[in-house]
Amino acid sequence: MSKTITIDGLAVPFQEGQTIMDAALASGVYIPHLCHNPEFKPHGSCKLCTVNVNGRNVASCTMPAVEGQQVLSDIAELNADRLALTQMLFVEGNHLCPACEKTGNCQLQAVAYYLGMMSPHYNHFYPQREADASHPDVMLDRNRCIYCELCVRASREVDGKNVFGLSGRGIKTLLVVNSASGLLGDTDLAVTDKAAHVCPTGAILIKRHGYAVPIGQRVFDHITIKDVQTGGGDE
Amino acid sequence: MSENKVRIATCSLAGCFGCHMSLLDIDERLFGLIELVEFDRSPLTDIKRCGPCDIGIVEGGVCNAENVHVLKEFRKNCKVLVAIGACAINGGVPAMRNNIDLWDCFQEVYCYEGGLECGQIPNDPELPLPFDKVHPISEVVKVDYFLPGCPPSGDAIWKFLTDLLNGREPKLDYEMLHFD
Ligand code: SF4
Ligand code: SF4
Ligand code: FES
Repeated sequence: MSKTITIDGLAVPFQEGQTIMDAALASGVYIPHLCHNPEFKPHGSCKLCTVNVNGRNVASCTMPAVEGQQVLSDIAELNADRLALTQMLFVEGNHLCPACEKTGNCQLQAVAYYLGMMSPHYNHFYPQREADASHPDVMLDRNRCIYCELCVRASREVDGKNVFGLSGRGIKTLLVVNSASGLLGDTDLAVTDKAAHVCPTGAILIKRHGYAVPIGQRVFDHITIKDVQTGGGDE
Repeated sequence: MSENKVRIATCSLAGCFGCHMSLLDIDERLFGLIELVEFDRSPLTDIKRCGPCDIGIVEGGVCNAENVHVLKEFRKNCKVLVAIGACAINGGVPAMRNNIDLWDCFQEVYCYEGGLECGQIPNDPELPLPFDKVHPISEVVKVDYFLPGCPPSGDAIWKFLTDLLNGREPKLDYEMLHFD
């Protein structure tokens, strides 16, 4: 007998050991998220997936599902918090979508669309961040990094390489690479590595693929991230 | 000119005029629009100073002292101020210079081979004082509405304007909401 929780009044089954996010994704229920990807261990940093469980706000990607939990997710109050968090991500980096190759395929942008973000609202930081074009096949542009650690986890858990890491704390956090020179070109990253392909934003891009699909025909130009990540939206 | 028409003003600050081009992309619906509105300051009228208006539409970010003057005049005169396009909303493509020293920028544009002025950086008192960073207009004045896109499509502008003119809260369909 599988156990169940309810999410926004809907009964959602789960297996022992699954998180609320795991259970939701398996049932096609969308909870906005950026640092989570079911292929990797949860990181719990972006807080976009925050839900209300029995009256308390928790990150659904790290919270184990427990029989009988009453979960609220798609409610105005939480969506407003998610919008504010997304806006903060936009102003903390340098996100100039019209000049970004990833536009239309970017999860940060797609979440912003889903939440109806019309402007970043907060004053921009315009931080000074370095781009690194030293690798022959992979481009690293820290201006667009949201510190989700997906590349870090992919490199460690799948590629067995530890190419990427986060250093520093808070607003001083920096995405670093594991080479004496600090340059991506001097690491053992291969273009076929998982880490080169998991970035939800345009911070890690494969070179020479830029505009293979024209703007306007990209994934999130027509389909919401909710429908992409839950396989819905066909009706 | 009718007394009860809605008065609209538009201007371009640090932008490429693409948002104004997109405004023209509402095509024959412009005839319907002109029944409802009249234009004050705008590239369409070539009026240089903004007078009292109902809606001000601002394209482009703030990159120099003149932009600030124009923007403040708009804010003073317009009941509702709309930031249209990526540049007005977050600096857009011009803000790509924010991480480059202004002097280096000028040298690249005017001094190096292939540059515009062959070794001379323009220095005329008529030229507005450039800022070292390009800013969204919301960092200078209060903005009432934001219409993103680079540029927003003619359809998005039409939907937005007709919502506003009909007293509805402007709302874009999913495919009209774009940051690029
Ligand atoms: S990474 Fe995404 S949000 Fe950032 S500039 Fe590129 S498309 Fe825009
Ligand atoms: S480079 Fe991409 S995958 Fe890595 S931490 Fe930054 S945003 Fe996440
Ligand atoms: S997806 Fe749960 S905190 Fe980022």
